[in-house]
Amino acid sequence: MIYMTFTRGMVSALALVAGVGMAQAKTDIIVGMQLEPPHLDPTGGAAGAIDEVLYANVFEGLTRFGPDGSVNPGLAESWEISEDGTVYTFTLHDGVMFHDGTTMDGEDVKFSLDRARAEDSVNAQKALFAGITDVEVVDPLTVKVTLDAPNGAFLFNLAWGDAVIVAPESIDDIKTNPIGTGAFKFDNWVQGDRIEIGRNPDYWGEPAKLERATFKFISDPTAAFAAVMAEDVHAFLGFPAPENLPQFEADPRFQVLVGSTEGETILSTNNKQAPFDDVRVRKALAHAIDRQAIIDGAMFGYGTPIGTHFAPHHPDYVDLTANTAYDPELAKSLLAEAGFADGFTTTLKLPPPSYARRGGEIIAAQLRAVGIQTEISNLEWAQWLEQVFTGKDFGLTIVSHTEPMDIGIYANPDYYFQYDDADFQNLMEDLTAESDPEARSALLRQAQEKIAEDHVNGYLFQLAALRVANAKIVGLWENMPTQANDLTAVYWED
Amino acid sequence: MSAGVMMLRGALGNRSLVIGLVLSLVFVGAALVSFAWVPQDVGAMDIPNRMQPPSGAHLLGTDHFGRDILSMIMVGARTSIAVAVVAVVIGMGLGVPLGLAAAARRGSLIDEVIMRGNDLVFAFPSLLIAIMITAVFGPSAVNAIIAIGIFNIPVFARLTRGAALSLWTRDYVLAARVAGKGAVRISAEHILPNVTNLLIVQGTIQFSLGILAEAALSYVGLGAQPPIPSWGRMLADSQTMISLAPHMAIFPGMAILLTVLGLNLMGDGLRDLFDPRIRRARQ
Amino acid sequence: MLRYVLKRLVSLVISLAVASLVIFLAIEVVPGDPAAYMLGLNAQPDTLAALRDQLGLNGTIPARYLSWIGGMLTGDFGTSYTYRTPVADMIGERMWISLPLALYALSLSTLIAFPAGVWAASRRGSAVDMGVMGVTQLGVAIPNFWFAMLMVLVFAINLRWFSAGGFAGWEQGFLAGMKSLTLPAIALALPQASILTRVMRSSLLDTLSEDFIRTARAKGLTRRQVLWRHALRNAMIPVLTIIGMQFSFLLAGAIIIENVFFLPGLGRLVFQAISARDLIVVESVLMLLVFAVIVVNFAVDVAYAAVDPRLRGRR
Repeated sequence: MIYMTFTRGMVSALALVAGVGMAQAKTDIIVGMQLEPPHLDPTGGAAGAIDEVLYANVFEGLTRFGPDGSVNPGLAESWEISEDGTVYTFTLHDGVMFHDGTTMDGEDVKFSLDRARAEDSVNAQKALFAGITDVEVVDPLTVKVTLDAPNGAFLFNLAWGDAVIVAPESIDDIKTNPIGTGAFKFDNWVQGDRIEIGRNPDYWGEPAKLERATFKFISDPTAAFAAVMAEDVHAFLGFPAPENLPQFEADPRFQVLVGSTEGETILSTNNKQAPFDDVRVRKALAHAIDRQAIIDGAMFGYGTPIGTHFAPHHPDYVDLTANTAYDPELAKSLLAEAGFADGFTTTLKLPPPSYARRGGEIIAAQLRAVGIQTEISNLEWAQWLEQVFTGKDFGLTIVSHTEPMDIGIYANPDYYFQYDDADFQNLMEDLTAESDPEARSALLRQAQEKIAEDHVNGYLFQLAALRVANAKIVGLWENMPTQANDLTAVYWED
Repeated sequence: MSAGVMMLRGALGNRSLVIGLVLSLVFVGAALVSFAWVPQDVGAMDIPNRMQPPSGAHLLGTDHFGRDILSMIMVGARTSIAVAVVAVVIGMGLGVPLGLAAAARRGSLIDEVIMRGNDLVFAFPSLLIAIMITAVFGPSAVNAIIAIGIFNIPVFARLTRGAALSLWTRDYVLAARVAGKGAVRISAEHILPNVTNLLIVQGTIQFSLGILAEAALSYVGLGAQPPIPSWGRMLADSQTMISLAPHMAIFPGMAILLTVLGLNLMGDGLRDLFDPRIRRARQ
Repeated sequence: MLRYVLKRLVSLVISLAVASLVIFLAIEVVPGDPAAYMLGLNAQPDTLAALRDQLGLNGTIPARYLSWIGGMLTGDFGTSYTYRTPVADMIGERMWISLPLALYALSLSTLIAFPAGVWAASRRGSAVDMGVMGVTQLGVAIPNFWFAMLMVLVFAINLRWFSAGGFAGWEQGFLAGMKSLTLPAIALALPQASILTRVMRSSLLDTLSEDFIRTARAKGLTRRQVLWRHALRNAMIPVLTIIGMQFSFLLAGAIIIENVFFLPGLGRLVFQAISARDLIVVESVLMLLVFAVIVVNFAVDVAYAAVDPRLRGRR
């Protein structure tokens, strides 16, 4: 009897495996990711992994980022901006429903925006909503948002994952059971392992091509390599080990997509700590660094050198790398001029990603060559936040700033690298008030040049978006204009 | 024949001891030589020549930054040995007096507190505690030493207490007590010298365990920080390149394996040497 | 006997109380703010304060200690800061991997160590004995994470017999689950099997040299008969003690192997929780592990004392 049940169980298990195997080739996908989201509320946490699973798939905002970083209509099908640029009137799509069957209307938009800007809000990007003074529901499909001053980036701000529309009915359980309006519904989360989403049959727009998608979390780079090689996952988005990519490129089973991200990887410098309060020392740093060696050594060649804090794929980018070409002799003479002919010793605190850990070792060797000794400490993120970001107890650190269009951080004198410059702050104020595209471009170029001239930080390279996928998968985003893995247009080729 | 010569002959006839001693000396020697000379500067990067397999120019090949692996292993031996030795010293320095005290006051409250304290330390998962310690104080070789050293304390305390308890019943100890010597003096003059052999053997074993523990800690990034080479971190660095450049994983791993093996063999050999009863029984 | 048990019980309770205090205080001094970790680089001070309030991080230290202990006693392990799910559920889920993995590794190590130990002991001094002992020397000396890496290279990447890691899930069937635990279990079992073989061998040799064995031999039993009928049973006590110790070690000590094979087990839960400063998870799992070890030790002591009254005075 026991034997019987056992074999029957086995047979059905086998049938199940076979069935899944057949279906996978058509409408299922297993996507590998390095980091698991801590919870599933994009409006209540900074972890990029939350957006990487949910943005565009499960949750949508009034506007949304396209694959090229442009801001497109999302749940708002159109909008009007008042003459003075302070009142935005959004017209919502009709017939949009949340996954729990409730209707998405103006009340939900008001709820979401008010929640994000409320006093007790735990939104990680609360600053995006800072200018909103009032949200008014004109009728169920019309919402009027009033700002205290014109803000040229407002529509851009609303496209962020932190600004997606949520419903008051389902907000209490959002961290474990996210209910959005997207083309996929959240299905299941096996913590520590995977998240499953399925097609939303009642989607208001173009339905998803895939029936199911599974995000599998594999933090270890070796394991990630092995999982792709063994085809345990069909794609790995944000592949953590660039050294393995040539092996995938050589294998016809796979395609390797190398795109751009919004991640400016910089040698952050504590501008208020001696000797980095001297611009000559910071300039010496910039010339002591061989960007190409860092890109080759740490990223195995993947990454674009940058000379300022701006994404190279952006139309307003100015290539300033030539101004800080690798020149150790110049660096030495600059150090001597600043009174450090014999060099000095400083700290180099490195967060966990390999760009920082490997890049840090290379930079330490390059700085040693011009006489600067560094004491490296490898920190976890929590320690890094405590010591470097909050405590400002560091000389140098390496970090990739992955938020899109974040040059504004240089206008905040309390930001961890402590750059305090009135001219730059005025420049940013002008930018916020300006809505003419031409004039905005000019201001952005000026801002890039300003921070490059002041050598605020060492500008290293733009982080590449590295993805490996089965050769038959079509429709993955090439670049990462925001932290998102939009699967709505992905399908398998026959 | 003097006792010393007999001891020496015994040692040379003991295969484990000889092999263990040779292996251990190779690595200790490599560490010492590295202070004066290494084939190549371990700080010098040569990225175009990275991940080269072993060759005449680089006997054990190069790593992902083009550094010479042989030189890294030699310098890394210093870290491993230093961490493990200091951790043993901490364990002995605190554990032996605690064990002696517990034995001298057998059955008393002090004994009970020391032994329960020992049990308590043993009850904590050692690696997790080591991770906690580095989370509090930051990763460094010193904190790795502390983390490993703490767990050496109860090992030596328990061993010392056990051995000392049986010594306290010996005639010469009783005689010393009758002569009016205090517990501290008896422990120092009569008990300690007679547990030394045991401590040396256990010290060798804890030394080898310390090397393994240091490797594990620096493998998860909690040991000595770069640019100081360490065997565990070399393994961690090699992990994603294992299919491209297996030599990067094989040689540091072999270094750990051979050092630990050497120390263990030496410990076994020393035990046989110090305890002729076992040796005779084995022959 | 009753007095002994009571005395041990009192010291058990004191040990647990001290352990809980040590764990709580150690975790209190861990630097790093879970709220800052969760909200990232652009968080504003008022947002951080609001989140800290939500997480209950603003109480006084004694109050928080008492509420933690009170919760533990009633089976409420608190709610994870980052995952926002009950810690007890998370532990329960991870146990389904850690427990089978520990049992699997232990069975493997026992299955290897028993025959190997007996074989070596029964042919003491022979080439077989030397060979077995040599292999165990290697097994003890090999760093298990390195061994795991090499196994992944050979069996997962090159031969593709096993997946390189991860856990298939028991819902995929018993065999699929066991398959994903096989390489990790081997990596964990190798050093344990080596230690156990050595203990088995020396314990058997010790027993074989005792008087009652000589008597049995004198009565005309063959060496083999003596080994199987008398020596083995008597040699088991130290072996079982080691097995008991290894089990608790395997439960908590699999952390590095769980990382190499990215298994979502208990060890990795704590490892991740420490780096995310999800301190309530760290506290509760540590306390649970320590509790398990202390209680098992207590049970072993009492069991020994019941069998052998002489031991009561000794401890």
